[in-house]
Amino acid sequence: MSEMHHKKPESQEDAPLFGLLAEYNTPSELILASQKVRDAGFTRWDTFTPFPVHGIDRAMGIKMTRLPWLVLGAALAGLSLAIWLQWWTNAVDYPWIISGKPFWSLPANVPIMFELTVLFAGITAMVGMLVMNGLPEPAHPLDLKRRFARATDDKFFLLVETRDPRFDEVLTRSLLEKSHPAALEDVPEDRTTSAQIPTGLIYGLIVLTAIAVVPFALFAKARTTKSRNTRIHAIADMDSQPKFKTQRENLIFADGRSMRDPVAGTVAQGQLRDDDALYLGKVNGAWARTFPSQVTPTAELMDRGEQRFGIYCAPCHGQSGEGDGMVHLRASKLGQGWVQPSNIHQQYIREQPVGQLFNTITHGIRSMPAYGPQISAEDRWAIVLYLRALEKSRAANLGELTAEQRQNLK
Amino acid sequence: MATLWSETNPYLGAPKGDTDFARITDNVARVAEAAKPPMGWYIAFAIALTMLTGFGASLAWVSWTGIGAWGNMHPVAWGFPIVNFVFWVGIGHAGTLISAILFLLRQTWRTAINRFAEAMTIFAVICAGVFPGVHIGRPWMPYYMFPIPNQMNMWPQFRSPLEWDIFAVGTYFTISLLFWFMGMIPDFATLRDRATTTPRRLIYGIVAMGWRGSSRQWHRYERAYLLLAALATPLVLSVHSVVSFDFATSQAPGWHTTIFPPYFVAGAIFGGFAMVVTLAVPARQFFGLKRLIEIRHLELMNKVILATGMMVGYAYGMEFFIAWYSGNPYEVFVFVNRAFGPYAWAYWTMIACNVLIPQLHWFQKVRTNVWCTLAIGVVINVGMWFERFVIICTSMSRDFMPANWGYFVPSTIDYLTLGGSFGLFFTLFLLFCRFLPMVAIAEVKGAHRDAHANHGGHGGHDHSHAPETA
Repeated sequence: MSEMHHKKPESQEDAPLFGLLAEYNTPSELILASQKVRDAGFTRWDTFTPFPVHGIDRAMGIKMTRLPWLVLGAALAGLSLAIWLQWWTNAVDYPWIISGKPFWSLPANVPIMFELTVLFAGITAMVGMLVMNGLPEPAHPLDLKRRFARATDDKFFLLVETRDPRFDEVLTRSLLEKSHPAALEDVPEDRTTSAQIPTGLIYGLIVLTAIAVVPFALFAKARTTKSRNTRIHAIADMDSQPKFKTQRENLIFADGRSMRDPVAGTVAQGQLRDDDALYLGKVNGAWARTFPSQVTPTAELMDRGEQRFGIYCAPCHGQSGEGDGMVHLRASKLGQGWVQPSNIHQQYIREQPVGQLFNTITHGIRSMPAYGPQISAEDRWAIVLYLRALEKSRAANLGELTAEQRQNLK
Repeated sequence: MATLWSETNPYLGAPKGDTDFARITDNVARVAEAAKPPMGWYIAFAIALTMLTGFGASLAWVSWTGIGAWGNMHPVAWGFPIVNFVFWVGIGHAGTLISAILFLLRQTWRTAINRFAEAMTIFAVICAGVFPGVHIGRPWMPYYMFPIPNQMNMWPQFRSPLEWDIFAVGTYFTISLLFWFMGMIPDFATLRDRATTTPRRLIYGIVAMGWRGSSRQWHRYERAYLLLAALATPLVLSVHSVVSFDFATSQAPGWHTTIFPPYFVAGAIFGGFAMVVTLAVPARQFFGLKRLIEIRHLELMNKVILATGMMVGYAYGMEFFIAWYSGNPYEVFVFVNRAFGPYAWAYWTMIACNVLIPQLHWFQKVRTNVWCTLAIGVVINVGMWFERFVIICTSMSRDFMPANWGYFVPSTIDYLTLGGSFGLFFTLFLLFCRFLPMVAIAEVKGAHRDAHANHGGHGGHDHSHAPETA
């Protein structure tokens, strides 16, 4: 019956008895015979039918399977997993902000809870049925009976195994004969099947399993080690384009650089930076003590400076310049080796020439990055102007005020 | 034509066997066992395979050049791919309805058609699954939609209907596959035991997993089948509801509608049954299954089509009523635009195919005529495709701002992809017809009148609807 039985084994001739097989033509006859076997108190016996015969469960005394409880457990497990998964991923580990809704709102999570409940229960119903039925079962002594092939076609069989404590070769045979089977046959033990599993197949499976583990081992290694190589993309993303990028090697040129110098003696539009006072904050090699001629300190420029300061400087130095901006507060809280930004009201900064302040903004200092590439020279001067005003707000002399302002202070 | 059918067709003629059970076995099993199918099968398979090649080519082209190869363009960003997705997912629903809901309702006539309706479900969901996978634009990165721990510490957004779709369609496919496979285990055992060659015995032996028809195994098997049916019943209702959430939870006029979930489910069953009869009529003629799939079965399915078709018609009408009743000018506009705007041709095609023509099924002469059944089935398939086209394209092409309006024009690749998906479907279906048991052999036997023992001290049985065999 199965794929295993086509070789006639030698040892099968004297194999011991496995059981007695009775064949019936109709389900009614099978049910009657089953009731007799059931009432005789047998336990190691079974019937085989081409379709589920109505009433055979009772006739054989089959107890209700516990499969539904297993399925219920799986359904609850699926439900719990769905609740936990959605709560943990969307509300705790990676809180998604969606339309200002709460991170954890049950109604929107119901569909996936339902789906995982059904998925787990369904898979368990199938796998549980197979496991409890002992399937897959590649070989069985009945496979050696040619007659038994019709159990999946149109005949009905009853098998009593010799393993049954009540089995007695003579009495059991006469019990079955009384039920008027169409045929009654001995079923010998299967002595041949296990020897027929080719060893090559087993070794092949072991080797294939070992090979199948390799990719997962590589994944595990990749997740726990660091690499300086770029990620491998099976299909390249937009990061890789057929062009030369800034620091990439270019073999077309002798120096191998893909970035080229401008043609000697030329200047690109808008890149002529020949005014040291405006672009470097220097006059005759020393820090400028006055604003360059192109920059006129006006109220408008002061406003501009205040606005730019709020954008570029305040996040670290704070709105008042004391070095207590939001970035500083957050970084101190995280405690990851952060150096506090300078307080611009310190004496030595107050005494710095405007050109030096301009230079610090342009090129950065210590851990402060350069802002020259982001802020135009005019705006940097506007920030310097605002800085001077900010400093003055903390360190003004009475002598610098007008008589009217002094009057207002009283 | 005659040679394609009768003379060379090994499937025709009376099945062998000295009992009704044996004849049922032979009638189904001989289709899968024929050494060579008739020429007609090869012709159909060649056509299906050619269409499948077109599918592969068009998807490869779209993957290579990007989804600009389709006609999808602002404002109709969803276009054909999502129309096709909803169409194919809907087709699947009839299979699950027949296998699960009719099983729970103890409609034994389902045994004649459930196997290939379930196969149809599997193949339709496979066709459906391809479209969102390609429509994401980078079809090699669909894993972004699954909750896989990754180096970015990023998770999917579980409150998005599109994410619900992943879980709903994924679960639906898995459960349908389990249901289908589980139903086939006893029939695989039958094919294994009838096999005359070693490869057949080996392959059917592996998939039958050592099933021998033990009553103790049948007991757990029946219980598991019942549980799967009970689980698949709410599932089939939920899948198209979730698909409809893709539209209903949005704010777009014409989509933001609470009637969508039941309306989509009714439409899915309607379209799915139309596909079942479209496949059943040729299959029963060609494979000699007229003794098992009777005219009576076709008539019952036509009645289901008539009923669900009127539910769909009711939904079409109710959408217009609610649009007017809501007092929302955008809603009113969208529906007037649907019926009388630039897509009126699509709208009235849909109405004719889905609401008007199926009314012919009120006449028993039409219901019991295979040609009418087939023709109306095809018409409904066309109509249901247009329903999704109308919902997606009319709503998106004209929403709130006239400056934002547009008209969707499909590209050649769009048509090739749509046609090609039918190629995938029919290729799988023809392979199924060739190698797998097309009718649930064990279930048909179980519903036969000889299967019921008249004594043995147990309660009454359902003797009705026992299929007659020659």
